[in-house]
Order: sequence, then C-alpha cells, then structure tokens
Amino acid sequence: MDFSLNEEQQLLKDSVDRFVRENYGLADRRKLVASPDGFGRDNWRIMAELGWLGAALPEAYGGTGGGPVETMVIMEGFGRGLVVEPYFASVVLGGSLILQGGTDAARREILPPLAEGRIQLAFGFAERQSRYDLFDVDTKAAKSGSGFVLSGHKGVVLHGGGADKIVVSARTAGARREKAGITLFVVDADAAGVSRRAYQTIDGLRAAEVALENVEVPADAVIGSVDGGMPLIEDAARRGIAALAAEAVGIMDTMQSLTNDYLKTRQQFGRPLGKFQALQHRMVDILIACEESRSAALIATLRLDDEDASRRDKAVAAAKVKIGQSARFIGQSAIQLHGGMGMTDEMQISHYFKRLTMIDLMFGDHAYHLKRYPAL
Amino acid sequence: MDLRFSGEDQAFQEKARTFIERNLPADIGEKVKGGLRLYKDDYVRWHKILAKQGWLVPEWPEEHGGTNWTPVQRYIFLEEQARAYAPRLVAFGIKMVGPVIYTFGSPRQKQHYLPRIVSAEDFWCQGYSEPGSGSDLASLQTKAVRKGDHYIVNGSKTWTTMAQYADHMFCLCRTDPNAKFQEGISFLLIDMKQPGVEVKPIRTMDGSQEINTVYLTDVKVPVEDRVGEENKGWTYAKFLLSHERSGIARIGASKAQLDKLRQIAAAEPCGDGYLIDDEDFRREIAQIEIDLHTLEYTELRALTASAKGEAPGPEANVLKIRGTELQQKISELLMQAMGYYAMPFVPEALEHGYNEDPVGPQAAAPLAAQYFNMRKTSIYGGTNEIQRNIIAKMVLGL
Repeated sequence: MDFSLNEEQQLLKDSVDRFVRENYGLADRRKLVASPDGFGRDNWRIMAELGWLGAALPEAYGGTGGGPVETMVIMEGFGRGLVVEPYFASVVLGGSLILQGGTDAARREILPPLAEGRIQLAFGFAERQSRYDLFDVDTKAAKSGSGFVLSGHKGVVLHGGGADKIVVSARTAGARREKAGITLFVVDADAAGVSRRAYQTIDGLRAAEVALENVEVPADAVIGSVDGGMPLIEDAARRGIAALAAEAVGIMDTMQSLTNDYLKTRQQFGRPLGKFQALQHRMVDILIACEESRSAALIATLRLDDEDASRRDKAVAAAKVKIGQSARFIGQSAIQLHGGMGMTDEMQISHYFKRLTMIDLMFGDHAYHLKRYPAL
Repeated sequence: MDLRFSGEDQAFQEKARTFIERNLPADIGEKVKGGLRLYKDDYVRWHKILAKQGWLVPEWPEEHGGTNWTPVQRYIFLEEQARAYAPRLVAFGIKMVGPVIYTFGSPRQKQHYLPRIVSAEDFWCQGYSEPGSGSDLASLQTKAVRKGDHYIVNGSKTWTTMAQYADHMFCLCRTDPNAKFQEGISFLLIDMKQPGVEVKPIRTMDGSQEINTVYLTDVKVPVEDRVGEENKGWTYAKFLLSHERSGIARIGASKAQLDKLRQIAAAEPCGDGYLIDDEDFRREIAQIEIDLHTLEYTELRALTASAKGEAPGPEANVLKIRGTELQQKISELLMQAMGYYAMPFVPEALEHGYNEDPVGPQAAAPLAAQYFNMRKTSIYGGTNEIQRNIIAKMVLGL
C-alpha cells in the first residue's frame, strides 16, 4: 500500500502547480472568463505542449501513457487555480469515451489531435427531464441507410459551444428510461441540423444547449456498440466523478488556506478573528472535511480500474457523496468566516465557492449518490 | 500509488487471522460480539495469549519486546482482532506508560516495569483527571512532596478506568506548587496495592462500573519511581498523548458494529418487510459506511506516510474526533434499530451464560446501554472540543 506519487507524477504536479501560480491570478482568470471563447487559447496550447492533454492517453494515440492518477494530479492543480480551459469536458470526458469505446480507427482519428489541442470534444448526456439518471434518454437515433438520423435535445453540455465534436447519447431502441437501447454517437458540431445555444455558467465556465434536428451521421459515428452505450456512459461518468473529486480537493484545500489566513489577519474586538473559539472549531471542521475529501477522491481514482465492479462503484459513489457534503460545508463555512467580504465578487473565496458548489451537481449530487449507494 | 496490500502484508494478514481464530477463547469472543460485560480476567487472558506469542506490544522497540512490524501490519493486526471480536487491548500499559518508560525511564524502570507489561503480568491505570481538573488538566492539584528518597502524595484522581483492577497507576502530580500550570508537574509510578490508596467505584448511566475515583492519602512513592526529571512531567504526558496513532479511530471495531447493525436491521420487522428495506434507514447505514470507508483511508494515508518517515500531521486528533463520532453514531442506530425493545433493561442478561429467555430479540439486551456508554468516547482522552483546540493551535496556527 502506497499513496505517494512516483517521480514523473511528482514532476507533473510541480509543473501544473507552477503554471497555476504564474498564470492564474484572479485578474488573469477574470479576463479569460470574459473573453469570447471563455478560456485562453494560449493556455490551451501550453497545456498541449507540456503533454497534459495526453497525460492519460496511451502513447499509441498521442499520449504519454499515464492514467487516472495523472488526471487526478492535473485536476487537483486546476482546482487550485479555478482553471477554465476545457480540460475536463474535452479530455477527461471526451477522451475517455473515445479511448474506452472507440474503434482503433476512431481513436487514431480523434485522440492525437485531442492531445495536441487541435480539436475539442464535449459530452452531451443530460436532457431536460433526465435529472441525474444517465439512462433517461429521449433523444432518438433512427436507422437511415447505413447510418442514423438523430433528433432531440442535450442540455447543459459543458463546453459544448466551442467543441468541434460532441459525443451524444441517443436512443436506438427501448423506452425513455430503459438502460438498454442507448447508443453513443460522435457528432460534428457543424453538421447540418445541429444548433447550439452557448452560455456562461455561474462558476465561470461555458456550456450549451444542443438541439439535434434530423442530424445525419454515418455508421462509424457510433462509439461502442449499437444499443449498448450505457456501460460506456457509466464508465465516463465514473472517470468524470473521480476527476471532479480531485478538482474539488484542490479547491477545498485552497479555500481552507485562504480562510485560515483571513482569520489570522482580520481583527475584530481588538484581536484576530482566529482567537475566537467558535471560529477555530469551524475552521478545524473545515480541515477535517478536507482530509476526508482527499481520502475519498484518492480511493475513487485508484479504484477506477478495479476488477471488482461493486467495490469500484462504491468507491466512486462514496467520493461523490463525501465531496458533495464537504463542498456544502466548506463552501458555506468559508463564506461565513469571511463575513461580508465573503459575499463580494472582489474576493477569490466567492469564486472558489461557486465552482465547488457546481461540482456537486455534476453527475448527480450527494443526495443522489447516497440514495443509490446501498444497491451498489 | 497502489491501494493493495503487498504480498508480504497479505501473508501477514493470513497469519494474524489464523492465529486469532485458533487462540481467541470462545467465551470471550461471544461476550464481545454480544455486547456483554467484560471483566479483568477476560482482558488479561487475551493479553497473556498475545504475550505468549510475543504480539502484545508490536509497536515497541524490538529490544523491549516489539515485533518490528510496519505501521500497516500493526493496523492489519488490530483490524483482524476487531473482526474476530477479540476484546480491545487495554491501552494503559501497552500504549501509554510503556512507551513513556522506554523513552524517558531510568534503566531500573525499564528493567523492572517493561517486562511485566510485555508479559501481561501488571495491570496499569492512568492518574490524570481530577475532580477539579478535567479538560483543564494542567490545573491539577494532587501534590507530591519530597521527603528523603520518597514523595508523599496527597490528592484524588477521577474517571480512572479500571483502577479497581490495576497494580500500578501512572500519575501526574504537582511537585512545585509555585510553578505555573504545566511547569511543576512530575510523572510518578504509583503502586496501587499500598496503604493510602483507596479506589471508589463510579457507576455510569449504563449501569456498568468501569471508572473510579482514586483517593491518595499520604501515599509513599519512591523517588526512583519518578519518570524523567522532576517538574518535567507535562512533557512526558504530552508525548504519551501523541505517541501511538494506529488504531486510534477504532475502524475495525466500528466495522464489526456496522455488520451487526446490518444483521439486526435485516431481522427487525418493519411495515410489510424489514427495517433494512426502509429507505431512510438504508441511507443512514450508507452514510456511515461512506464515512467509515473515508476515515479508514485517512488513517491508512497517515500510517503509510509515517512508515516513510514523514512527520505526523493533524491525523491523531482528526482520527480521534471522527472515529468517536462514528462509534457514537453506530451505537445510536443500533439502539434505534430495536424500536421498543431497546427499552427493557435486564442487567443479568448482560452477563455471559445468562440462560433465561431474553425480553424481545436476543440482540436487543445491551444496545441501549451501549448507546449510553458510548457517549464517553467524545469526552475521554481529551474531549473532542479540546482536540479541536489542539488542531487549531498546533496545525492551523490560530
């Protein structure tokens, strides 16, 4: 049993942390958030050049052969800086789907340019009625010649507005809430019949509503097997949850130190706030929640490829529950301990709070996973 | 990174499991599993079985009887004991005074006391709290006045767990009445079987008798039974509190209790089915399982870090706080699971060998009493509020 990073992973961590320190002050981030793309093209190029975009991809497909731990290291560092580049949507989600489900041809076509930052992917799985149920799919894919015709609507597709290709789930058979009969397709964003309404999310990222009206796709647009897309969707969700958990740990850690510093400097009643026991104890509970979240995120990451499916699914759900609960507690406490200043847009803490809060909603909130946990 | 136990650790686990299965006396296992009352003889028998195997004090230096196991192996050993419903090891000699003696004691103290702990001959208790000094331990008033080659000790100690069984007590006494707070305290080893030592039991709300008040009246303690320097006792007391981190969260015991909770909930009628089918109850169990799983790896992270020689962080205090919260929560759910049948209190039913029909389900008898008893865990060893004070000061620098 060993929880330490190997030498390459440590180097990766150092380089991500340095990038964030040097390029991701709050002012830098504000500019990126307000820019037309919503992120920095220069940053994206740097991430590709440093090998981060391919860190979890095999060498045969343009990567450097890492796996979930590399993704964790990158996501935690990105959490510290509230990085807005579409690494999670494009590489973690999109990359996983192609790598796990794509044919060799699809992998060769899509993954190398993905690792080089030349194309951007997104994953459309949610729909207006689906809430967090990944199998609740109403978008239809009808057989047409050798290909398919897609019609439906995908909601809150993270970085969907700027993506070149969008992987979408659609129903090729069965009723709306059946687990069988779902198929994954890669759709070119500029294909006829695709329309997108892009917007900003409250945590400074971008997302889009993606409407599909009789979009024709060839047979080789299918990722995985026809009617058998569900295991792939679940796999991507698990990898996504582990990555988000790592990002959340980076955010929580930063919120902890920002808040602790604030308690040491802000004076009231003639002494630093940190001298008041009620606030000390709240601060300690933040520390405990951070430690527990770090453990939960780590285990989820290390269990992603576990041969025991129940153990794997439990570890991932446990992380989502723990992270979500800690996110609420740490987020709300950090704002409370900052007092009025915590409410302002000027202070970094509020930006961390917003991203942390939204992470709980991705792929099901803590209540959702707590409810499904006993059956896993 | 690697989550698996190494091959060596797996073999160790197998060896530990087999040994415990073969050697844990059946009646003791039944008592622990059933939540029945345990007595001195139960603890001592198990201690002696481990002692005979050379496994009672694994974390000690080898020269004093330790096994040179890794922190992870020690963790595994504790886990296996809990899993098999072995009684918990009484910490006072093994984890508390022993390490203080081998770290700070004189050659004579090491030679005299350590072998008797390693062989489970001596039973120790801890003389820290006093009627006027609880969380504010440094305000303690028990006085030790030097008179030739003895101290004369006067005062009282309280909440003294198992004092009624103890041969010796390690005791914090004030040796310099003019010094402030932590200064002026000395760490004395007191023979309990001598005139002037009076042990008076304190009955707790669950009806059990674990704790006592110990009155010390003109008790003679040879100066050679003072550990380390005079007036430096606080240093040794603090060392003791931070010494052993493995097992502090009681993960193994909580896992065993959680298993019991699942079994009880699966047998307890509720509506048209059983309690385990009730969605709210399932969610409560799931929450505990998740918390326990997370805490387990928080402890393992700390253990593997310490095995690599990294300095201890806040883990010991964090593990104490969260571990006790979980133990309490599980005991609460165990009581809750029983519904009305948590109410009957038949003290005889808590004794091993009780032959009459139980009132209600067999498992119900000890559950409410256990719930009440477990409230102690967030109070003893430094209340959880004191633990938070320590983290705030030592780790967060507030």
